[in-house]
Amino acid sequence: MNRTISDFFDEPGPVGRRRTLAITIVGVAAFTAVVAWMIVLLVDKGQFAATKWTPFLEASTWTSYFIPGILGTLKAAAVAIVFANILGMVLGVSRLAQARPIRAVAGVIVEFFRAVPVLILMLFFYFLFSNVLSNPLEAPFWGVVCGLTIYNASVIAELVASGVKNLPDGQREAGLALGMTSGKTLMTILLPQALIAMMPSMVAQLVIILKDTALGYTITYFELLNQAKTFGSAYQNYLPALFVAALIFIAINMALGRAANLLSRKLESTTGLAIAEEQIGAKEDLVPTDTNAAITHPPGKAKELRAVGRRISRSQVGE
Amino acid sequence: MGEFFSSFATLFSDYEVFSAFWVTLKLTFFSGIFSAILGVVLAVMCISPVPFFRRAGSSYISLIRNTPLTLIMVFCSLVLWSSLGVAFSDDLASNSFWLAVLALSAYTACFVAEGIRSGFNTVPRGQAEAARAIGLTFTQTLGTIILPQALRGSIAPMGNAIIAMTKNTTVATAAGVVQMSTKMNEMLENRPDLIVPIFLTVAVFFVVLVLPMGMLTTHFSRKLAVQR
Repeated sequence: MNRTISDFFDEPGPVGRRRTLAITIVGVAAFTAVVAWMIVLLVDKGQFAATKWTPFLEASTWTSYFIPGILGTLKAAAVAIVFANILGMVLGVSRLAQARPIRAVAGVIVEFFRAVPVLILMLFFYFLFSNVLSNPLEAPFWGVVCGLTIYNASVIAELVASGVKNLPDGQREAGLALGMTSGKTLMTILLPQALIAMMPSMVAQLVIILKDTALGYTITYFELLNQAKTFGSAYQNYLPALFVAALIFIAINMALGRAANLLSRKLESTTGLAIAEEQIGAKEDLVPTDTNAAITHPPGKAKELRAVGRRISRSQVGE
Repeated sequence: MGEFFSSFATLFSDYEVFSAFWVTLKLTFFSGIFSAILGVVLAVMCISPVPFFRRAGSSYISLIRNTPLTLIMVFCSLVLWSSLGVAFSDDLASNSFWLAVLALSAYTACFVAEGIRSGFNTVPRGQAEAARAIGLTFTQTLGTIILPQALRGSIAPMGNAIIAMTKNTTVATAAGVVQMSTKMNEMLENRPDLIVPIFLTVAVFFVVLVLPMGMLTTHFSRKLAVQR
């Protein structure tokens, strides 16, 4: 729920409404002036010339530039997502391990790679693979994939660790009370719940991975941006080429973002509530006296659990 | 071993690594300032009572944050400068520097604005109701009651946006700015025998730059948090 300033104030009266109208007119006028100035500049530089835009009507533009570009972007993103999830899960579980050395090593790895820019990682792996791989033409792809994997695995590891820590203590206590080892409690009770709660932020992370594949441009990987640039230099129309590439990126990312929102709302209305009701129900049915109630969760915990998913999904800052 | 260290040390003199450090720091500084200013403007637009500004602000945010920074960087250099002739300076290096600052600020401002917006969500509605009840006007309520609390609540997300921006200065290589990532590329090309030490040097530079920023963010977001 996003609050706006208007939430903090009464409905404006006649004076307020007139003021709003006046500001709107000024704003629209300024906006129109800027747009008009931009159009004049673009016409002046011949950016609306038909020759700059008609290449988009040719099939070869799409078959030899944009579609291979989209496929290159999606391929690198898909492989990176799979690897990042696997490695992130391993690192996240290591951060929660009983043994202190494992926890410390995982912590150092995660903190280090979260602080190093993805492009630096990509450059390192690109040059490493150029020297190592038998086919150096594959070095850009694996450079992109490895850079994205290591960085995003560190981010996912943090999500896993904080997702488990945000669960009510009673979940772990109940597992231990049943005689499970702490490892088994983690794998069969805590992780499944944490993973469900962090699903929306995982999908939001996909947007970041997809955007970051464009960094492959700098290490000569043929993704969408690189293809658009090649197309732009072939037809001398950088503006239309980058404009179309941006539209494609925005369309894919907005669809992913919407999916993340839907998912988080769905989880909130099904899983979160289901868990919460179970706990509240258990408290009412099985614990009739106040003395026993004191050792169960306070009802606030159930609400807290529901908030876990939302909190995690908000704590993300896109990069 | 001694030979390794001497060849490693010559890297710094051969490739002017320190001037690249300096450019990265300058990029961080100027982009940080401009993205903070633009971010506050965007956030105020997004929460303003005027519907037109709200729509304009949120459209800008949802378009730019879904575009890769690399694309914006390439756009600034190939379209704004090469095709349209928008230039900040006659000097090639300083022109590409300011184009990169423009791209970084335009991109990061979205995340700063989102951070401030989330700060507004931490202010309980009763605060504004109480302010109105004692007779404060719109501007008084906003300036003395709501904004101070909202800004204190948005330190953590804003700090994270600035940290991400610091790491994103490496993308300026796509606009032709010679900074850390460009230098690293050049060194790796010429000294394939030193791949790991070169990577570690650059990586440690960023860790040293970014970790204190993270600690400061955590410290101040805790210290200045509004107790409720």
